[in-house]
Amino acid sequence: MLKPLYIVIVGGGNIGYYLSKALLSQGHEVLIIERDIRTCERLEDELGSCSMRGDGCETAVLTEAGLNRANVLIATTSHDEDNLVSCQVAKHRFKVPRTIALVNNPSNEKIFKKLGIDATISVTNTILEHVEQEIPAHSLIHLLTMSGQMEEVVEMTITRESPAIGKSIAHLRLPADTTIALLMREGERPRIPGVDAVLKENDRVIVLTSLDSERNLEKALLG
Amino acid sequence: MPGTEAIKQNKSNIVIMGCGRVGGKLAAMFDAAGHKVTVVDLDAYSFRRLPPTFSGTALIGDGTDEEMLRKAGIENANAFIALTQGDNRNVMAAQIAKHIFEVPRVICRIYDPLRKDIYEQLGLESISPTEVFADLLFQRLSQKI
Repeated sequence: MLKPLYIVIVGGGNIGYYLSKALLSQGHEVLIIERDIRTCERLEDELGSCSMRGDGCETAVLTEAGLNRANVLIATTSHDEDNLVSCQVAKHRFKVPRTIALVNNPSNEKIFKKLGIDATISVTNTILEHVEQEIPAHSLIHLLTMSGQMEEVVEMTITRESPAIGKSIAHLRLPADTTIALLMREGERPRIPGVDAVLKENDRVIVLTSLDSERNLEKALLG
Repeated sequence: MPGTEAIKQNKSNIVIMGCGRVGGKLAAMFDAAGHKVTVVDLDAYSFRRLPPTFSGTALIGDGTDEEMLRKAGIENANAFIALTQGDNRNVMAAQIAKHIFEVPRVICRIYDPLRKDIYEQLGLESISPTEVFADLLFQRLSQKI
């Protein structure tokens, strides 16, 4: 097993509870900070003494929680602003190496990353990605977001109306930070395309891009 | 201070988040001084605090929402002031204004003095009314005791 970590979870709702249960069973040391006394009592009953009552954004509470020695802080409340502040205080005041925030409003994911949160999880976006993978007609499928950076890996399928058909990659108006990393064509082995590779209908491409360039990438490949 | 120049010239765009007593009053003051003011609040009832002469814009919405801030004209704002009841909401909105929209002057109200210190260190111009008021009371009382 990996070295046990000290993990502080802010918010003892469903996500906080099941997360703690899983992490405890993996042998990690877990502390849940929860504002509501009843929720705290329920957590005590079910998980033993691993919760603490308090506001997970307050420095005093976090000090008492021993955040100085925490390896990870995970903020799981239903308020994005509280999750953001918990993570930022943990990071800047207590030097917690890894901060993870639940993001309720999916458009905050990008903002949180820009504001220095190590990892963000948006339930809405996660579900959407699964829907997208089931429906290949959707233009851009998110495969992977690089942690800590604004870079991501997406998959796209060249449609019949695409302005990119018949053009070589060098002639596509791709954003500067965007690279077509892999070309998958029916009946051929996936390959790394050169700048002179010409795209065809139904080609699938894996693209390395950034959140900011997504829209221009879609414009270049799909019109 | 960046942004001060435009404010002096009476033609700056000011976005205020939170139309409580302070927000409403500040909006009225800037409006009366000839600036273009937009106030954002979740509750339309708060706008009763604006005077009948108020010629700026009052928008119902969440100031921590990027889209809402765009609607409030944050992209052309010279100053943004976060004045809701929630420290964390203020901190989040102020950081969006400063780091995403690059508003030249951003001020954030943070009641909790400890949290204020942390965000000041992170470069967010913040005021803690708790600190300011306690100081004021202490000074006044110390003089007469």
